Amino acid sequence: MRVPLSWLSEYVDLPAGTTAREVATALTRAGLEVETVTDVGYDVSGVVVGDVVEVTDLDEFKKPIRDCRVVVATGQAPRGIVCGARNFAVGDRVAVALPGAALPGGFEIGARKTYGRISDGMICSARELGVGDDHRGILVLPAGSPVGADVADLLHLRDSVIDIAVTPDRGYCLSVRGIAREAATAFRVGFRDPASVPPLVEPAQPEAQPAAIDDPAGADRIVLRAMSGVDPTRPTPPEMQRRLFLAGMRPISLPVDVTNYVMHELGQPLHAFDRRRLTGTVVVRRARPGERLLTLDHVERTVHPEDLLIADDSGPLSLAGTMGGLSSEVDDSTTGLVIEAVHFTAAAIARMSRRHALASEASQRFERGVDPELPPAASARAVRLLTELGGGTYTGSAEVDLPRARPEIALPAGLSGRIAGVAYDAETVVRRLTDVGCSVGGADPLTVTPPTWRPDLVDPYDLVEEVVRLEGYDRLPSVLPLTPAARGLTEDQRRRRAVSRALAATGYVEVLNHPFQSAEVLDALGVPVADDRRRLARLANPLSDQAPYLRTSLLPPLLQALRRNLSRGATDVALYEIGLVFLDRPGAPAAPRPSVEHPPSREELASLDAALPEQPLHVAAVLTGSREAQGWWGDGRPASWADAVEAARTVALAAGGAALTVEPADVAPWHPGRCAALSVDGRLIGHAGELHPRVTAALDLPPRTAAVELDLSALFAAQPGLVAAPQVSGFPPATQDVALVVDDDVPAAAVEDALREGAGDLLEAVRLFDVFAGEQIGRGRRSLAYALRFRAPDRTLTVQEATAARDAAVAEAARRTGAVLRS
Amino acid sequence: MSGPSNSYDPKQVAMLAPEALDAALTEAVKAFADAGHLDALAAVRPAHLGDRSPVALARRELGALPPQARADAGRRVNDARAAVQAAYDERLVALTDERDERVLREETVDVSLPWDRAARGARHPLTTVMERVTDIFVAMGYELAEGPEAEAEWFNFDALNIGPDHPARGMHDTLWLDPPERGVVLRTQTSPVQIRALLSRKLPLYVISPGRVYRDDPIDATHSPVFGQVEGLAVDEGITMAHLKGTLERFVQGMFGDGLRTRLRPSYFPFTEPSAELDFECFACRGESTRGGPPCRTCGSEGWIEWGGCGMVNPRVLRACGADPDRYTGFAFGMGLERALMFRHGITDMRDITDGDVRFTLPFGMEG
Ligand SMILES: [Zn+2]
Repeated sequence: MRVPLSWLSEYVDLPAGTTAREVATALTRAGLEVETVTDVGYDVSGVVVGDVVEVTDLDEFKKPIRDCRVVVATGQAPRGIVCGARNFAVGDRVAVALPGAALPGGFEIGARKTYGRISDGMICSARELGVGDDHRGILVLPAGSPVGADVADLLHLRDSVIDIAVTPDRGYCLSVRGIAREAATAFRVGFRDPASVPPLVEPAQPEAQPAAIDDPAGADRIVLRAMSGVDPTRPTPPEMQRRLFLAGMRPISLPVDVTNYVMHELGQPLHAFDRRRLTGTVVVRRARPGERLLTLDHVERTVHPEDLLIADDSGPLSLAGTMGGLSSEVDDSTTGLVIEAVHFTAAAIARMSRRHALASEASQRFERGVDPELPPAASARAVRLLTELGGGTYTGSAEVDLPRARPEIALPAGLSGRIAGVAYDAETVVRRLTDVGCSVGGADPLTVTPPTWRPDLVDPYDLVEEVVRLEGYDRLPSVLPLTPAARGLTEDQRRRRAVSRALAATGYVEVLNHPFQSAEVLDALGVPVADDRRRLARLANPLSDQAPYLRTSLLPPLLQALRRNLSRGATDVALYEIGLVFLDRPGAPAAPRPSVEHPPSREELASLDAALPEQPLHVAAVLTGSREAQGWWGDGRPASWADAVEAARTVALAAGGAALTVEPADVAPWHPGRCAALSVDGRLIGHAGELHPRVTAALDLPPRTAAVELDLSALFAAQPGLVAAPQVSGFPPATQDVALVVDDDVPAAAVEDALREGAGDLLEAVRLFDVFAGEQIGRGRRSLAYALRFRAPDRTLTVQEATAARDAAVAEAARRTGAVLRS
Repeated sequence: MSGPSNSYDPKQVAMLAPEALDAALTEAVKAFADAGHLDALAAVRPAHLGDRSPVALARRELGALPPQARADAGRRVNDARAAVQAAYDERLVALTDERDERVLREETVDVSLPWDRAARGARHPLTTVMERVTDIFVAMGYELAEGPEAEAEWFNFDALNIGPDHPARGMHDTLWLDPPERGVVLRTQTSPVQIRALLSRKLPLYVISPGRVYRDDPIDATHSPVFGQVEGLAVDEGITMAHLKGTLERFVQGMFGDGLRTRLRPSYFPFTEPSAELDFECFACRGESTRGGPPCRTCGSEGWIEWGGCGMVNPRVLRACGADPDRYTGFAFGMGLERALMFRHGITDMRDITDGDVRFTLPFGMEG
């Protein structure tokens, strides 16, 4: 809502010299969100009123050019000015920018040669003066404008515009009226209500357009005012145009400009119909099946059965409170007018505006609630203006005014202070409520009737806000509540932090991707049809048609981020992300919408949750290039499947140390021979390894790119309880090495498990220190060399004891995996 | 070797003569000095301090002396031996020092060589800022609450006093799961977590919930359809707006520096009443840019930074969650985290935050 200060000042007695910025500060303090304050017209100088005394048409040019003689100071010789516009005649008063003048935006005017003649200045259009955006013709000033007068003064070009973002509760501030009231309260000065319009004089033989309300749920008041003899081609006065322009509206024609002007001033949207196009009764009603309407934006709309319409006997005239229809629009030949002013219910207009994705100046206001007392006043004001400016005659009115409930709110006198944390005496509370227009009675509780323009005031808390804001939030003390002892972060919240830190500490860089993906990327990853990752939830209005689904795995966006880094010149990249994935429940029921008057039942809560996709927390990491760089110390080491598996171990350790079982697997998008299934206590929590070569090719990633993805929710759930501390023995260890030959398809992890199991309690540590394959071992077999460290808690082990334990370990490995001790 | 004897034979004990001992000392000192390194010193040691060295042999001859002469000669021998030993020790120290110095000099390396063998990682600044916010509130006695990002419309809107025709729905450009009648949205705010907390926890309740939220907004330098938000909620007996103000002041100071002032401006949110916008004094210029100081990029020389919305929990919200509004009052606040990152670190383009470029994230290290 843009308000020129000059317009505001008409209705509020601001102290002399108050600047727009001071007004803005006061309004901000009162809770209006001032976005900008702009000074306009202060850069205009040297533009004066000129009297056109002679016009000569020059026809030697391609377009019509006129050589004009214009007197710009009484008693002086006329100046020669060349002008391309034709909408003025001898005797008109025009705005002349003299050589040396400055126009809005810093344009300087000089004497210049044009069309072979010296033009001693310029005759200005509305747009050049910043009065409107009409640039086709020049601006003709009102007859009688004093020759030589400063046009900037005459048209009040110097003004300041306060732009306010009006919150949904303050519909009344979508008007000069509402903002003037707030300003008057803030400055504690007088306010003149622009809605106090003197009643129209009813003609002896009234001649009105009949009105009706068919849908009391959609509207409760309609006023139609009829006029005859209006000349719609008369110019809108420049000052009115200027204000509309500064308020952000385009001057169009006198009748439209007047309705817009009154809407901006009072907040009541009005509509002007050409009376010739109306048949019978103008009615507010619901749409009927099959009805269509061509709206002002030249769109043919099929109306919805729940749409609210203004219609007459011939059919729909406009989408109520949203947009007018083209057929009944006023044009230059209109003489008979009907001004329509309706009070619609907010919900009806909100729904319709959303249904048609149509937001207009009118719908914005109706959605937020308009003062039901305005239709008679606003329409009367429009009639008065059209009488004065358009030469029209008021012929009569029709009105339907249904009864409305006026809420009465019981406000405990101390509630405002109880909420604010600062005491207000009863007198202050009453005064502040009166400031906003409430009538207040009673003592405790106070009986408060909000003003008609404040439909947002419904609850005692709404009134509390008015008291507290007007008294000033800056008066509130600053106190810390006495919070109860709390438990700090939960285990899982700490684990999540530990996982994040551990990955970052081992060289991974965190990214936070947008969680959207395509279905095609799953094909590129080779994800089979029955996979959980195909449980896609689609967005109804995706941000991009390329990624209309919620991610079911962290990998698609993460691999995309990897690709992006590579395309920007990075070579060695390791990324990780921790975030939710969304696994939809096929056939999930729609979420219920329980009452908000009381808490939902257990069943309702369960069905609310059942409507949502499953959303487990995942972690994923991807890496490519060198894991260790080559340098002056020697060779580097390329990133590989093993790094991805190690990242899983890092995560598992950080998550609480539950033992991670690593087994070979064949799962997309991994290389079937280089993919590990990772589980804890027999529960699968994810996979790691090298990406399938077809996947790296499809996603344009370097070969051997590795990836890991784990379900953190599952991993966290599988964590053991408290760690049992080991007995740390002070006796010396006994170390024994064994080399075991096994078939290639025996996993090292299985051999190690067997060794541990077989060695018994004396085993302190086992470590694989070499893997060897070669002719000595035989094809299809490999040798795994382990160092076993034994130690007893209470004595120094003898060689015999250590050897016996080693033999037992080897025997178990032989039994489980067919391992043979290498001699 | 001569055994003890009562006879005195000056010829046999010549090596006990003072001249002989002096000569042995002189010879030893010279030999030690001539030894140029530790190995050479070790090589000449036996000749002068060993079992067959002149001083050792002289000591052995002492027994041959008559008792009256023995004490005198014994003192001479001991003095001579001590002198030889001292000469040796001195030389040993000198040569050891020399060697150590040489070896350490030879082992000198260029400690400025890089060791970028293993790549460095980093945490995303949005993650660390969320943790920072959480820690401030946990220290004040709050608990961290979390919830789903794909959320029921009821939690995201209805329970927050944003009914289907509420104009505030227009303030949230919502991303809906298909079909919209399913009633599931990507949460437009972290407030639904507050509703879940109110429904599932006991009162009094103090929770903080940072998280990601979604809007149907095109991405540009200052807008992102996906962004981080933190919300806090306190519901207790006797909670007032003054408590809200005190809490936000502590929060701002924890995030941006001690002593910063805060300011509340009236505003509107459907789930709070009264509602306010939170501004805080610019931590970069502390308002100096508005008092003739140099222009400030952080606050655009406004002196204040707008950060978020807050207010007293609307009794309708309490009612929808089963809390008795006559007994309990509450406050809630919410702010954007990208915005905090942007003015805290001078980030000019929001897209950098979600782009995933390692060059953006690496400088933030582990704790941003
Ligand atoms: Zn600043």
